[in-house]
Amino acid sequence: MKKRAVSVLLVAIFVASIFTFAGCSSSGSSDDVIKIGFIGPTTGDAAIYGSSAKDGAMLAVEEINAAGGVNGKQVELIAYDSKADQTEAINAYNRLRDQDGVVAVIGGTLSGETLAMKDIMVQDKMPVLTPTATAVDVTVNAPNIFRVCFLDSYQGAAAANFSADTLGAKTAALLIGAGNPYSEGVAAAYQTAFTAKGGTIVGSESYGLQDNDFSAQLTKIKELNPEIVFVPDYVQKVGPILQKAKDMGITAKFIGADGWDGVQVDYADAAQGNYFTNHYAADSPSATVQNFITAYNAKYSKVPNSFSALGYDAAYVMTDAIKAAGSTESTAIITALAATDYPGVTGNLKFDANGDPKDKEVTIIKIDGGQLKFETTVVN
Amino acid sequence: MKQLLSINRNFSLNFILYLKTGDIEEDGLFYIHFIIIEGGDNVNLFLQQVINGLNIGSIYALIAIGYTMVYGIIKLINFAHGEIMMFGAYFAFIAATSFQMPVWAILLLVMTIMAIVGVAIEFVAYRPLRNAPRLSALITAIGVSLFLQNLALIIFKPEPKIMPKLFPEMNFNIGGIDISSTTLITIGLSLVFMVLLDLYIRKTKQGRAMRAVSEDKDAAILMGVNVNRTVSLTFALGSALGALGGILYSVAYIQIYPTMGVMPGLKAFIAAVLGGIGIVPGAMLGGFIIGMVETLTKAYLSTTWADAIVFAILIIVLLFKPTGILGKNTREKV
Repeated sequence: MKKRAVSVLLVAIFVASIFTFAGCSSSGSSDDVIKIGFIGPTTGDAAIYGSSAKDGAMLAVEEINAAGGVNGKQVELIAYDSKADQTEAINAYNRLRDQDGVVAVIGGTLSGETLAMKDIMVQDKMPVLTPTATAVDVTVNAPNIFRVCFLDSYQGAAAANFSADTLGAKTAALLIGAGNPYSEGVAAAYQTAFTAKGGTIVGSESYGLQDNDFSAQLTKIKELNPEIVFVPDYVQKVGPILQKAKDMGITAKFIGADGWDGVQVDYADAAQGNYFTNHYAADSPSATVQNFITAYNAKYSKVPNSFSALGYDAAYVMTDAIKAAGSTESTAIITALAATDYPGVTGNLKFDANGDPKDKEVTIIKIDGGQLKFETTVVN
Repeated sequence: MKQLLSINRNFSLNFILYLKTGDIEEDGLFYIHFIIIEGGDNVNLFLQQVINGLNIGSIYALIAIGYTMVYGIIKLINFAHGEIMMFGAYFAFIAATSFQMPVWAILLLVMTIMAIVGVAIEFVAYRPLRNAPRLSALITAIGVSLFLQNLALIIFKPEPKIMPKLFPEMNFNIGGIDISSTTLITIGLSLVFMVLLDLYIRKTKQGRAMRAVSEDKDAAILMGVNVNRTVSLTFALGSALGALGGILYSVAYIQIYPTMGVMPGLKAFIAAVLGGIGIVPGAMLGGFIIGMVETLTKAYLSTTWADAIVFAILIIVLLFKPTGILGKNTREKV
């Protein structure tokens, strides 16, 4: 008897919850605002990525609303914290779709969380634009998912083209973080592109994720005496490598990828005169970039990093697509997204068949006197 | 050996190091034979890699001494030793950046502080378990290690700190081989402290007490040796050398972070086992061998296999000669 009462109660709660959520989503779409979701880590170890991208997107939405909104409606960006956790990200996405009734999503910020949400997003045909997820699989077999950032392989090739064309290098050595897909992926693309340009990879060394002692590898590289040493990894590894190389008197130019961003802070001397590929340069002569930096600085009183720039571009591209679609219907937005041609802070954005950026500019940054200096842009 | 090398220099041969130890004396006198095979690269490059190996090896040796001394005296593998090294590096960083202290003062101060910390850890965590099963003490050691790592995480935050260059920067070129002053000082300081420790253990009264406790604790008590004081002294010396290892490690490899002690700690532990755990000269020898094997593996075989090979050494030693290179079947320790 008691059991039955409990089960009836459970059913009642269940049914009630369905109605509650249904009510929520219908009220969402009838509002006079266009709701766009944002998913990314804003707390925890990866917080810097999520909150930077979110700040960028928030700034863009503010500007768009100040300029009259989209299709006569104001835009509202609803951001949830994924805590860099895949389950949290899926929960956040479900909440955005069911409770908030968003028409499109900007996110996730990290590759892992975006891949976790991918299947549900594809099923829902939700228009999705990730600012920063670089994993190849994110956009594969997902006609509704697009991304703003270039792929790891793309920047590897750009770094190789810069080495061969601009620096005129004929020989290069690779120093790769074994077991780090980012480092391995960028390095493989560099090797292919550099060889295609007629250059020679004279040596390929690697180190483990736990390694702090790079002297054996650098001793070998010094002996090979290449013109370029390509080290695509994050600052935590790159800094000590550059320092050690400088101490050992290695004169080759060291080149890296976007993981180098920040190396100028703690390793200014060691990184002096070296280059890396990035999404944008804060001192780029482009007016779009300078306007963005001024506005960002005014709102948050700090200089935006690449994640902020990508988040900013993502919000503009998404709202432009909604504007072009003329409705908030998902298929229309997806079609409009696919036809994007947007001159953003991080370069001119067009999508290929996968939804990845096509012929996007890669910015080459030079580390000079503890500052990041715009060097040039490369289009593969 | 010199002759062999000079002969090969003319032929510019590529070679693989073959380590053979024989005629080993109790006090760590040993011979290393270099046997040279295969043709190809050049000798300077090899010697350069040997210097790299000596550099990291001397640091492993310093840390391994702490493991081996503590094991020798209370049969405990003090897994918190890697964290002593890490805290030593942090304290040196603070002394160098916030107080701008001179190098000798940093070394002296940090080694003293860490000696006290080591004694305190023994007093708080291990002494109450002196008569408990050895497994309890081992688990406690792992607990202390994790506690110290997380303490460092809270105090110093996870972002790595950059160790300033403590030693004057100079590069020497000796016969085509580049040696930096930091490398020379690292190897030199390690050797000096190892010799001092060896003398201390063999020549002084407290050293004799340590050997006595290690050999037979109960008999030592009967002979009037203060066991608690001797154990504290052992922890103090081991921790001071561990701290020195941490300082030298962070100067050579730049970054300081809460988990920096884990890998060097593990490798030093393997070094201690390889040399014969409980035997101080064994730890020194083991440290240099592990450093050399690691560096030469990276240089001539594969960087990805370096760690695997080092850990395989542990397994092989445990399988075929659990007492280690210098170990004997008698229970003579320290």
